[in-house]
Amino acid sequence: MFKSGIADISRSLAAGEFSSEEITKAYLARIKEKDKELNSFITLCEEQALAQAKTADANRAKGEVHLLTGVPIAHKDIFCTTGIRTSCGSRMLDNFIAPYNATVVENFNQAGVITLGKTNMDEFAMGSSNETSYYGAVHNPWNKELVPGGSSGGSAAAVAAHLCPGATATDTGGSIRQPAAFCGLTGLKPTYGRVSRWGMIAFASSLDQAGTLTRSAEDAALMLNVMAGHDPKDSTSINIATEDYTTNLNKPLQGLKIGIPVQHFAKGLNAEVETNIRYALSEFEKLGATLKEISLPNSHQSVSAYYVIAPAEASANLSRYDGVRYGYRCENPKDLEDLYKRTRSEGFGAEVKRRIMIGTYALSAGYYDAYYIKAQKIRRLIKNDFDAAFTDVDVIMGPTSPHTAFKIGAQTNDPVSMYLEDIYTIAVNLAGLPGISVPAGLVNNLPIGLQIIGKNFSESHLLNIAHQFQQATDWHTRTREI
Amino acid sequence: MEWETVIGLEVHVQLATNSKLFSGSSIEFGAEPNTQANIYDLALPGTLPVLNKEALKMAVKFGLAIDAEIGKKSVFDRKNYFYPDLPKGYQTSQLDFPTVGKGSLKVTLEDGSTKVIGITRAHMEEDAGKSLHEDFHGETGIDLNRAGTPLLEIVSEPEIRSAVEAVAYLKKLHSLILYLGISDGDMSKGNMRCDANVSVRLKGETEFGTRAEIKNINSFKYVEKAINIEVERQIDILEDGGRIVQETRLYDSEKNETRSMRSKEVANDYRYFPEPDLLPVIIDEAFIEEIRETLPELPDAKRQRFMDEYKLSEYDALVLANDLAIASYFEAVVASCNNAKLSANWVSVDLQAHLNEADIPISESPVTPEMLGGLINKITDNTISTKIAKTVFEAMLAGEGNAEQIIETRGLKQVTDSGAIEAMVDAVIANNPEQVEQYRAGKEKVFGFFVGKIMQASKGKANPAQVNQILKDKLSN
Amino acid sequence: MSISADDIAYIANLARLQLSEAEKQKAAHNFENILALIDQMQSADTDQLEPLSHAIETSQPLREDIVTEQNQRDELQKIAPKCEKGLYLVPKVLE
Repeated sequence: MFKSGIADISRSLAAGEFSSEEITKAYLARIKEKDKELNSFITLCEEQALAQAKTADANRAKGEVHLLTGVPIAHKDIFCTTGIRTSCGSRMLDNFIAPYNATVVENFNQAGVITLGKTNMDEFAMGSSNETSYYGAVHNPWNKELVPGGSSGGSAAAVAAHLCPGATATDTGGSIRQPAAFCGLTGLKPTYGRVSRWGMIAFASSLDQAGTLTRSAEDAALMLNVMAGHDPKDSTSINIATEDYTTNLNKPLQGLKIGIPVQHFAKGLNAEVETNIRYALSEFEKLGATLKEISLPNSHQSVSAYYVIAPAEASANLSRYDGVRYGYRCENPKDLEDLYKRTRSEGFGAEVKRRIMIGTYALSAGYYDAYYIKAQKIRRLIKNDFDAAFTDVDVIMGPTSPHTAFKIGAQTNDPVSMYLEDIYTIAVNLAGLPGISVPAGLVNNLPIGLQIIGKNFSESHLLNIAHQFQQATDWHTRTREI
Repeated sequence: MEWETVIGLEVHVQLATNSKLFSGSSIEFGAEPNTQANIYDLALPGTLPVLNKEALKMAVKFGLAIDAEIGKKSVFDRKNYFYPDLPKGYQTSQLDFPTVGKGSLKVTLEDGSTKVIGITRAHMEEDAGKSLHEDFHGETGIDLNRAGTPLLEIVSEPEIRSAVEAVAYLKKLHSLILYLGISDGDMSKGNMRCDANVSVRLKGETEFGTRAEIKNINSFKYVEKAINIEVERQIDILEDGGRIVQETRLYDSEKNETRSMRSKEVANDYRYFPEPDLLPVIIDEAFIEEIRETLPELPDAKRQRFMDEYKLSEYDALVLANDLAIASYFEAVVASCNNAKLSANWVSVDLQAHLNEADIPISESPVTPEMLGGLINKITDNTISTKIAKTVFEAMLAGEGNAEQIIETRGLKQVTDSGAIEAMVDAVIANNPEQVEQYRAGKEKVFGFFVGKIMQASKGKANPAQVNQILKDKLSN
Repeated sequence: MSISADDIAYIANLARLQLSEAEKQKAAHNFENILALIDQMQSADTDQLEPLSHAIETSQPLREDIVTEQNQRDELQKIAPKCEKGLYLVPKVLE
């Protein structure tokens, strides 16, 4: 039962092979048994999940079903859930229970999807290893000494360990795609504005986008069908009609023009990762695609620009955590300044504080033009690079990460090397494009990811490409028993 | 040494929308604390802003009324600072791309001259909540009902040269926003607030002096006082060889002094940057034109029309046109009596005096425009004299009914029967032979004495013109 | 770029963070490394470019001016650290 993905469970539920209550109970039991070693969940929603499952079964009996009714999934603990703690991986929100559901959660609830629990994450989604969580590091199911990637490390580890068939996640600079690569999963980051950000706790508003971590492109398409859509409550949500993302999955790839950016195969890329990625690319040639070397000449600037823009936005987004209206408040503040400073210093972890500081600095008097405005100009440069490339090719492919998952603790003392983890993924967020990472090989028995970058709102095409690759290969089915 | 005062005003006007600038919470005045502070207003995580269309329209409407450049692309920015009445830790405002750009306002000064004062910009922003300092065991209570209320901040050029000019500018602005219906402009509720940037320099100097920003001025009267007292303070310092410190000062109306707000001095490094939860607001010509069509007749146009159409003096026209409610009342009076001159006098003198004394707005006047028009009709058709009309007006204010009823029940109808008047004149002449002698000897001043006696005898009801004529005839015989 | 302890203190204060001496030392060191990374972008020629603050370049949607939110004070204050008589309490604010 646990080897199945969302599509399989949906089919089994429809065929009456098991009930939603049965599969939900089975997953809950497995989480309780296995997650002690992984720490992929912050909160388990046992009671609510079972109630939801019963309702789903009852609705199914009445014939009121959505394709995913009764399918259990997990939500990254960045999405607000009514009545269930939403911590965002932070002590600051350890006691926070939102009186509202994020639009993403609401959409899944409406579809009758079960919430098994809330997954672990880097604090406020700031991290690439899931080590900055107040709730402790998450362990990679492929090797428990390794990180699962971040910031959606809990969602990735949980799906990889079959603790749930799919999970929601968010991606600000690579937080879906990099953990997908490290855990051997399919990770989809949709176009900025495709999925509502309402009720999703903000890290960097102009970059954050909700997406999925699943075992296959087909599962991602099924989840995206529920998540995507215009939300009038989110001003940055785009009012373009959604489509059935499963429709094009089986289209052949004959004639597909794939751009291979030289910059994504340059110094810093692990040689074995490169070999595997090149081999995966050759698979596409077999499927009828052509490869073309392209240049994204400013891609090396993306990490620099990102580490101005994201912290700048975050520094303001996180000002609301002041101990006054909700969340953590320090003991016995002696005056207002003390309330602010101790609440924020005790409530936030080191990485969050570091990024707030960087962002504050980049926006402060005298530095704004040199840092913030410069970074926004670089952002345009990077977008222009992609626009130019897409006049020539349909999609861009390369490695998701320069290497496989690294050891827990290996990079915690060097923020810069951690920031460079997202070197291939960050530019996609700056340009607002959709991207997907699919399993594309094993190096030393650890998964690696192939990143496919598409034009705006080309999710359907990306899923088609990923699905065709998964029909031709079996990397996405590889798994490690825990 | 002769000093020149330089003043720039920043006026915050609360826009008269139903809901907040970025959320669907009510902005009704006087609600119980925090009952109008909902999830976005409280900055709960994950909540997002969506711009109120009406607030944007109101800002554009104001821009059109002051002939300003309308920002085809306006951008909201975050202004970052920590304060308990600011839940998000930033105020959403507009810095580089305001909705309303450069415009101007024509102000009429007391001597009747006019002056055009430049408006640098007007931008949209959200209001903060309120801190209540009553004792909560030594703590401060925060009410966030007001947080997120839409404001238009109107910034003038430093072209105002005296406290009197500042007040004239504010009154004109006040008049305009009421005309436009974009705010109730109620300063006592803080719906229109004013900060004044004040500096002084030697006459003839081209550089500006160091300015102080005076906050917390909440009435026209205090604007004048606060500026004057601040100017005095600055001149005293400069004449003693001192220097002005650039700072924020608070006006204390009880002590009539400004004092430094040291608590707000801490590093004002607001770190403005474009609000990433909102997109640039793109406005097209059609949107602007649609709003232009809703513009009402504005004070200056109305004043001109009053002069042209009703042949009013510039002063009368100004007094009436300045306040939309008064102007509308006046036109309703004219409509019912067709005498603009008398309508203007009665509205701007008698009615105003009463309203000022009773401290009520014209909308609550016990005398309706129709009642006042009816009274004026009674004057023009010679039913009563102007003097009796004042009595009737008092009675109308006291609720005794309309002019017709009061004249009837009190028996105030003017005596126009020349026989009756002649009899009264004869009696007065007969009873005052001494004065008749004086008059006939050339002391014409005595004429008034006779008129007074006759009016007294008629209880004021004799037609004054007839009395004059008959008396003159009889005395000269 | 060298970052002094004063710089760190200034920024920490703006951000209302309180750092111990050790944290300040560490922060200054990390800051310099991060700024070195960030400063790499100074080499790009961006003179002719407009800053890009959003990847999507559409216009801000507008909301009708309707009151949609009802009073939820009791529920919202259940999650507040300190309230009294409907007000959020903070240490005395000095004017």
